[in-house]
Amino acid sequence: MTTHPTDGPSAGCPTGRQTHGMRIAYRYALILLAMAIAGCATLAPPKPWEKGSLARPEMQLDADPLGGKIDQHIYTSKEAAAGGYGAGGGGCGCN
Amino acid sequence: MNTRWACNIVAMIVAWCFAPGEGLALDVGGQAPAFVLPTSLGDTVSLEKLRGRVVYIDFWASWCAPCRRSFPWMNEMQQRYGDRDLTIIAINVDKRREDADRFLRQYPASFAIVFDAAGTTPGAYDVQAMPSSYVVDRNGRIAAIELGYRDESASKLDAKIRMLIEARP
Repeated sequence: MTTHPTDGPSAGCPTGRQTHGMRIAYRYALILLAMAIAGCATLAPPKPWEKGSLARPEMQLDADPLGGKIDQHIYTSKEAAAGGYGAGGGGCGCN
Repeated sequence: MNTRWACNIVAMIVAWCFAPGEGLALDVGGQAPAFVLPTSLGDTVSLEKLRGRVVYIDFWASWCAPCRRSFPWMNEMQQRYGDRDLTIIAINVDKRREDADRFLRQYPASFAIVFDAAGTTPGAYDVQAMPSSYVVDRNGRIAAIELGYRDESASKLDAKIRMLIEARP
């Protein structure tokens, strides 16, 4: 059995060991990432009494209520399942 | 070493996620935050001045669908208990006054309507849903909190109001 000269742990390719500088850069990148993610948490959602603009008809995802209702009816019959779309309430968070 | 760092950072993110928000929820038994708010007639309604009466505070908006059902009920309560020490104050939180006026033309109210477009009062009460109602007893303490409006809860609120009215100080 012959072995290739580059096989084995003593092969000449990089071993994947990071330099000290790379490790520090990696840690700082992780810290920055954590701070960036946490920064998004300060964007508080609107309070229940501030949802007037969200409740406006032009803000609805469904532009045509009647068409949406028909689509929903077809979807319900095809999937043999209903629900999960919430109830009315204009974004007031009460239903 | 890197694994430990990663674990620490994940722990920090989890801690931030569960950090308590700035809102201070009101509890039953606590003092109802005071307010002085304008009516459409130019005068004001002050909660402090209503001490000694049972007060029903309702936060509503023109865009709030269940409010369309709560208004007739509040009219009924006003008619039933209005002359028996119940004051109903409906606080409108619409940004645009004309939206509120349009709603009121459609659903006339026989009780006090006040306006707080700035949202200071709902902030003080930490309103969690629209509509939200607070029943305040004769001593200015919150006796009941109702989130949303449901016909099945209305009879319970009616009973609570009647009990507070009949419990003379």
